Amino acid sequence: MKKIRKTSYKNFLIYGFVILAYAVLRLLDGTVGISASLKGQLVPICAYVVMAVSLNLTVGVLGELSLGHAGFMSVGAFTGVVACMSLEAIIPLAPLRMAVSMIIGALCAGAAGVLVGIPVLRLRGDYLAIVTLAFGEIIKNIINCLYVGTDARGLHVSFLTNSDALNLGENGRVIIDGPMGISGITKVSDFTTGVVLILVTLFIVLNLVNSRSGRAIMALRDNRIAAESVGIPVTKYKLMAFVVSAALAGAAGTLYAMNYSTIVASKFNFNTSILILVFVVLGGLGNIWGSIIAAAVLTIIPELLRQFNDYRMLVYAVVLILVMLATNNPALRNLLRRVVGRVSPSKIAKEEPSDGQI
Amino acid sequence: MTFLSYLIGGISLGSVYAIIALGYTMVYGISKMLNFAHGDVIMVGAYVCFFATFRWNLPPAVGVLLAIAMCTILGVIIERLAYKPLRAVASLAVLITAIGVSYFLQNAAQLLWTSNPKVFTSVVGDAAIKLFGGQLSVSVITIVTIAACIVIMIALTWFTGNTKIGKAMRACSEDKGAAQLMGISVNFTISVTFAVGSALAAVAGVLLCSAYPTLMPTTGAMPGIKAFTAAVFGGIGSIPGAMLGGILLGVIEIFGKAYISTQLSDAIVFAVLIIVLLVKPTGLLGKPVNEKV
Amino acid sequence: MARYKRPEINLVPVPSPNIIPERDVGKFPVLEARNLGIDFGGLTAVDEFNMAIGCTEIAGLIGPNGAGKTTVFNLITKVYQPTRGTILLNGRDTLNMNTVQVSKAGIARTFQNIRLFSNLSVEDNVKLGMHNHIKYGMWSGILRLPGYWKGEKFAHELAMELLSIFDMQDLADHQAGSLPYGAQRRLEIVRALATGPSLLLLDEPAAGMNPSETDELMENIVKVRDTFQIAIMLIEHDMNLVMGICEGICVLNFGKIIAKGTPSQIQNNPEVIEAYLGKKKET
Repeated sequence: MKKIRKTSYKNFLIYGFVILAYAVLRLLDGTVGISASLKGQLVPICAYVVMAVSLNLTVGVLGELSLGHAGFMSVGAFTGVVACMSLEAIIPLAPLRMAVSMIIGALCAGAAGVLVGIPVLRLRGDYLAIVTLAFGEIIKNIINCLYVGTDARGLHVSFLTNSDALNLGENGRVIIDGPMGISGITKVSDFTTGVVLILVTLFIVLNLVNSRSGRAIMALRDNRIAAESVGIPVTKYKLMAFVVSAALAGAAGTLYAMNYSTIVASKFNFNTSILILVFVVLGGLGNIWGSIIAAAVLTIIPELLRQFNDYRMLVYAVVLILVMLATNNPALRNLLRRVVGRVSPSKIAKEEPSDGQI
Repeated sequence: MTFLSYLIGGISLGSVYAIIALGYTMVYGISKMLNFAHGDVIMVGAYVCFFATFRWNLPPAVGVLLAIAMCTILGVIIERLAYKPLRAVASLAVLITAIGVSYFLQNAAQLLWTSNPKVFTSVVGDAAIKLFGGQLSVSVITIVTIAACIVIMIALTWFTGNTKIGKAMRACSEDKGAAQLMGISVNFTISVTFAVGSALAAVAGVLLCSAYPTLMPTTGAMPGIKAFTAAVFGGIGSIPGAMLGGILLGVIEIFGKAYISTQLSDAIVFAVLIIVLLVKPTGLLGKPVNEKV
Repeated sequence: MARYKRPEINLVPVPSPNIIPERDVGKFPVLEARNLGIDFGGLTAVDEFNMAIGCTEIAGLIGPNGAGKTTVFNLITKVYQPTRGTILLNGRDTLNMNTVQVSKAGIARTFQNIRLFSNLSVEDNVKLGMHNHIKYGMWSGILRLPGYWKGEKFAHELAMELLSIFDMQDLADHQAGSLPYGAQRRLEIVRALATGPSLLLLDEPAAGMNPSETDELMENIVKVRDTFQIAIMLIEHDMNLVMGICEGICVLNFGKIIAKGTPSQIQNNPEVIEAYLGKKKET
């Protein structure tokens, strides 16, 4: 029989680790100095960590495979940047403007989550996965055809035309230029903002999981039929997990976008969704701690492998395959169990015997 | 007349998607896994044929056969090395491994053959047939593609229905344990499934690049995703469903490009998929899974 | 190994072709099924099912395998919608209700094949049973408002109380999926009780149990009924258990009721005997 350890203690450790990592990196930066490439990766790592934790809420805690997570990141990125650039005159203080933009990005992504979630969450398993993939592609496609600009009169939006159709007055500025995306972004993101976002995300996700709503969401993962039989409304809690997950991805998208001078919709494509999914699975489904580590490590590794130059991604691919084979090899796991005493429950979803034919 | 030309073009593109989708659906039926590397096997097949035909100047038929042979071997090797050890475990782990294999193939191709686009000349030449007194021009490659799809469909239906190994494939799809108890070698059957699927991928790659002549390491990715959606659209695990899904997807894509908008064509295709799945949650020809309570 | 002795009771008819215990006559039957039936395509799985359960009755539903017993449970809990007939719960028609609404209206069940939330702890499983009785929402949980602390304290205390009835309080932080079989069955019952039902449906609660475990289960079921004053209906194949604690028994065969009555009436009913043992051979 297996005991489940008290979670509150574990959670404090996670917060502590993030704060510690932040402190260490700032220290290193101030004294010894860290490589330019690592420094450039700090904000993307923060964004990917938030993406991974939010995707883990859908895939690990709710138990539904989502292949379109980058779509929500993209919605957050574009709406957040539009907000930030429009508010430049109104809110000159950069961190505050950043915070407001991230909230706007999160809200818009959350709204997208509701729109996507309502039809999607009626499906199950691979069909649900495919529809999330479809929505991810649709979002990318739509943003590619979107034109947004501001001038003295306010915000103008146009679809499927070109930037001239916006009819901007004097001092007007095109923000989203169709497939060209957004350029000329003032980089407002920094490492501190990123870490703050991570801590907020952890606060929301960990508290949600360790509450009545979190229990209900996990019940849906473990046994949907039993959950219904005790009176838990399925769609409500599926939607809850999905929308919270989408909103956090949106905030991460804003953070990510404000780190570059140009962003295009095709950057947030299926490959990005898969990248985040790999972080989540390798870190362990439902394991928030694991998502943080996996996202950070797997983003740094390709940088570290720079010495291999062209072979870099090839090595990454091989390492990925080997790690998956190794962590799922029964002989290796038994060995680890005897040595370490307790293998971290990598709750990789089992083929549910109770939810299929018997 | 333009309508007819679009329709034929759509069926042709759809045939390519259908052939790829057949590979996805067969593998899913037997291993319950989505083989993300399938799209990249298509790309490898196209490259092999390219090099055979244009660098080594072999006749196109030989090039195609070589592509089929190489892809078959590749498919079986991938299955043995990367998927078989994870057969007993969760579907999500093997999904990630498939992603790893896909990355591997794409990057290996990039290293070996660079990402400069190669121009692929059609294996059946550039001839076109004129119908209806010159009003409608249908290229030979279009006809060959559609014909190939029909032939493959008939052959596959016969194969799964009438041959011993075909029935073994169906048995393993239903219940591996029981099949094994009946003396069927599950390992061999699964390898054959992957082999057939990869061979089909090679054919699809050759046909795809004959119609759309640019070849890059990432060529297989998008058709792979679309064919994957086609397979689910038609009902994952169902062979006629993959055919139907693929062809419908091709037709919708071409009509979307022609009559609505070129930029939004992808969005339209996926939107149709979503609507169909909402109405028929297990795909067009899929069987509804009944849960025992 | 004390054998449970059920006190003698009388069954009296209610104004409908159904019977409930005499002591429950003053109140509505907790459940009444009238002409309940369901067809699956061409197959009629259940037909003309008429039954009433008094509000503190322990009722039994027996019959050979495939008779349609679990189907009846699924109809009552709206896993399947009936093709015809009515189900009245405490006098209320459950016509357009779904499973979740039926649960909120006061029916809880266990399953033939155990359906626990296997990755969660024992205590969490029980807390999920009382999900609708804990009164704080998503934001209170995320922001840890006072409602969260109050709700969780209430849940914890109630969960431990319910677990201690079945002597499981020490297993509270164990993972549900790792429990031995008997403990898992008991946990399912505790979770069902946590929903605060008026009617508890038990689907083969003694499956896989040895005689001493079955005796303990019999005592526990009666204890539950006496403590919570609720009605219980069980599907069972173990005749000792059924004849031991059930007050009204319904016998199903091929989807139709072939006999209804007290245990002694059922035991001597020739049709029931034939259904279980087959027709007596002409010598």
